[in-house]
Amino acid sequence: MNNVQLNHITRSYGTIHAVRDVSLDIRSGELFGLIGPDGAGKTTLFRILTTLLLPDSGEAKVCGLDVRKDWKEIRGIAGYMPGRFSLYQDLSVEENLRFFATVFKTTVKENYDLIHDIYVQIEPFAKRRAGKLSGGMKQKLALCCALIHRPRVLFLDEPTTGVDPVSRKEFWDILSRIKKQGITIIVSTPYMDEASLCDRIALMKNGVCLRTDHPATISASYPHLLWAVCGADMYSLLLDIRAYPETYSCHAFGDRHHLALKSGKHEMNDLKHFLQGRGHSNVTIEPLVPSVEDYFMNFEEDKLCM
Amino acid sequence: MKQFLSFLQKEFYHIFRDLRTTLIMIVIPIVLVVLFGYAITTEIKNARFVVLDQSRDVTTRHLIDRLDANAYFDFYKQVENFDEIETLFRQNKIKMAVVFPPDFSKNREIKTEIQLLADASDPNESTVLIEYATSIFQSELRRNSDFTSVGIVPVVRLLYNPQMKDAYNFVPGVMGMILILICSLMTSVGIVREKEYGSMEVLLVSPLKSVYIILAKATPYLLISFVNILLILGLSYFLLDVPIVGSLWVVIFLSLVYALVALSLGLLISTIANTQQSAMLICGMALMLPVILLSGMIFPIENMPWILQVLSNLIPARWYIVALRDVMIKGLGIIDILPELTILLLMTFFLILLSVKRFKTRLE
Amino acid sequence: MYVIEAEKLTKRFGNFTAVDQISFEVSEGEIFGFLGANGAGKTTAMRILCGLSKPTSGKVRVAGFDIYKQTEQVKQHIGYMSQKFSLYGDLKVWENIRLFGGIYGLSEVQLKEKTDRILGLLDMEDKRDALVDSLPLGWKQKLAFSVAIVHEPRIVFLDEPTGGVDPVTRRQFWELIYQAARRGITIFVTTHYMDEAEYCDRVSIMVDGRIEALDTPLELKRKFCVENMNDVFYSLARKAQRGE
Repeated sequence: MNNVQLNHITRSYGTIHAVRDVSLDIRSGELFGLIGPDGAGKTTLFRILTTLLLPDSGEAKVCGLDVRKDWKEIRGIAGYMPGRFSLYQDLSVEENLRFFATVFKTTVKENYDLIHDIYVQIEPFAKRRAGKLSGGMKQKLALCCALIHRPRVLFLDEPTTGVDPVSRKEFWDILSRIKKQGITIIVSTPYMDEASLCDRIALMKNGVCLRTDHPATISASYPHLLWAVCGADMYSLLLDIRAYPETYSCHAFGDRHHLALKSGKHEMNDLKHFLQGRGHSNVTIEPLVPSVEDYFMNFEEDKLCM
Repeated sequence: MKQFLSFLQKEFYHIFRDLRTTLIMIVIPIVLVVLFGYAITTEIKNARFVVLDQSRDVTTRHLIDRLDANAYFDFYKQVENFDEIETLFRQNKIKMAVVFPPDFSKNREIKTEIQLLADASDPNESTVLIEYATSIFQSELRRNSDFTSVGIVPVVRLLYNPQMKDAYNFVPGVMGMILILICSLMTSVGIVREKEYGSMEVLLVSPLKSVYIILAKATPYLLISFVNILLILGLSYFLLDVPIVGSLWVVIFLSLVYALVALSLGLLISTIANTQQSAMLICGMALMLPVILLSGMIFPIENMPWILQVLSNLIPARWYIVALRDVMIKGLGIIDILPELTILLLMTFFLILLSVKRFKTRLE
Repeated sequence: MYVIEAEKLTKRFGNFTAVDQISFEVSEGEIFGFLGANGAGKTTAMRILCGLSKPTSGKVRVAGFDIYKQTEQVKQHIGYMSQKFSLYGDLKVWENIRLFGGIYGLSEVQLKEKTDRILGLLDMEDKRDALVDSLPLGWKQKLAFSVAIVHEPRIVFLDEPTGGVDPVTRRQFWELIYQAARRGITIFVTTHYMDEAEYCDRVSIMVDGRIEALDTPLELKRKFCVENMNDVFYSLARKAQRGE
């Protein structure tokens, strides 16, 4: 059963193609991630699905309702949290929540069970103005406001951007709990490490959808053997690995470098010698399970997306 | 209804939590009333006058011709009595009346006088008119040797505003400006701010009707302008001694109608502007300047080039100021300002229609 | 030699202590990661170090100048770049370089040379006349960084420079950081990407206005017995009490 459908959606602003021929099928009750950097077209997709923008061409349906014809109905069943902080800064936490409840023709009481888990965390600040909350708190309040009318589909546009890792983790925990209530969640993020927390993801770049699948399937389909390389002077190690003739790509990944070689089967001792010759003595090289980020970066290197 | 009320409540929170802006809205009228208390010069062209000629001789006819020939004056007609003059003044048909006493030429050896009457509800204009007419008559009489020996003193009688206070003139003007400022500017900025902060996206995605958004945004400012109307009227009555000759209720009703025009203008602007800055700029350039320059508040409309005169018809403040002067200073009733009221209401209707049509239920 | 020295740096707003007696030193050419939860006081501390705000108490020297008295000299020797504002979007690429170079008093010859060098380094020669707004975010940020160090400052402050940037460009950005550090420019950077914390020479983690940990990423991981910086951060910041 498909809850949100996009068929060949295209939308441009002037000469810029914000979204090009995107087709997606998002199932009911799914936690679906739109993963991609700034400018990938995620926000435009959200705006089309929430009926704020009309697509230039293509069809989109939310719970079987057409975004062009049935926009009024969609607005009643969708919960939307835009990328920018959209609450009233000069209203208190309580006032914001109560306001959005009435706007959506409901009361805080009626659906309190749905937001209870999240709301208890911000309840101590109920009287505080929303503008004076920390980033993580603001996100939680915005989420409460988007959930207050028990939407059937929840659209979250970059809810974790600019939020510290602790609050991000909490936020994702909350999302998995909301999912259990049977609400379909579509969430966008530029953080590739958050991809694995979704049921399925669509990788996006420059308005194009590169791939839609389970995150594990996507990372497993990474076409090369991947190695983790560690050493003492990481930056010069990176430069030297790139100078190695057999190197296909090498990127820094935290405390290690992810290395893909041109030929699949390769004797690593050769590389070790090469690096020793350049002054890297204590180099460790281990096989590695690729991540979604590896896949995404490889996509770019192969220029398949262009 | 509950949606609307809760939206309205939110709007009041915004206003009361931004005390500085609210204070400015209250203080600006006071400042302006004081500011505009001072000099505004005026120049007159083609002011219509009537003549009550009780003498009907060669000299009076000659004097009338001379006055008519002058660029400042236009002869309107001969009248038979003072009542007729009064009526014409009330109807705003004339700016001045000349009264020649019976047997003007025959009595030239004994003391004789020409009466000049002007409508002083616009004091600048009336003073200038009287001065011009006097000097024209004097030079004409001096040229005619028969009259040189006689000192002719034109007697100036100013109707409606005997003390010639400028306040009588500018209070309606300031009202016209303040209401535009508060209603249009604040409403448009209020709506555009939601676009800018992104909360409009959420509101649009909700089942909230756009009419509610518009109404709830406008209502608080309508109330604030009501406070301002009372404030200005109070200030001018107690501080500047401007009487409210006509009915206070008519004045308030008229001002509320005008506030509605201003609100609908604000709504229209909010559908055009996307940032608070541009909303302010549009209000400043497209509303305030025309109100100040074209409404007749400072510069008499009669003196403008015809194209500006035509344009001034589009300025709501023009109709409001005329009607307000009529009621406040001349003491006319609601029937006499019906034309102005109708025009203002039509403007409101048209503007609201346009803004509701333009109000987007989507982004861009 | 230390480029930044802070001793018991404190900033209070009313009865709220945003920054609570933090002390640290940053050496020349070091890449210093300045981490913390939202509202931990990072931005306030960074503002003080840039000379934008006066501390309530404590000693601070930046590039050898006293932050209380020699704010102007401090500003002459630092560069600054933030995620929110970095370049003028309605100016062309070369106009931005020229503008910021001009602000720091570069001569006509230097400006020309710098412009060519920056565009060459970023592989953006063909974008010289493009409006900055027309560039993808990642390119914009790389350009902004190059502009922030156009006057060869002693220190450059980077406030979440890579937020929202795609993974490939994000790494290219860090390579620019490495190159600048090798030239002796000290990098003071905040980020929410924990893999980027690993790229820093030393990392400090702020919690509730205080620096709770300061060491190399390797040492921090060892100290907290965890695999990666994300867990280090998590075990520290989880204890945070306050919002903002």
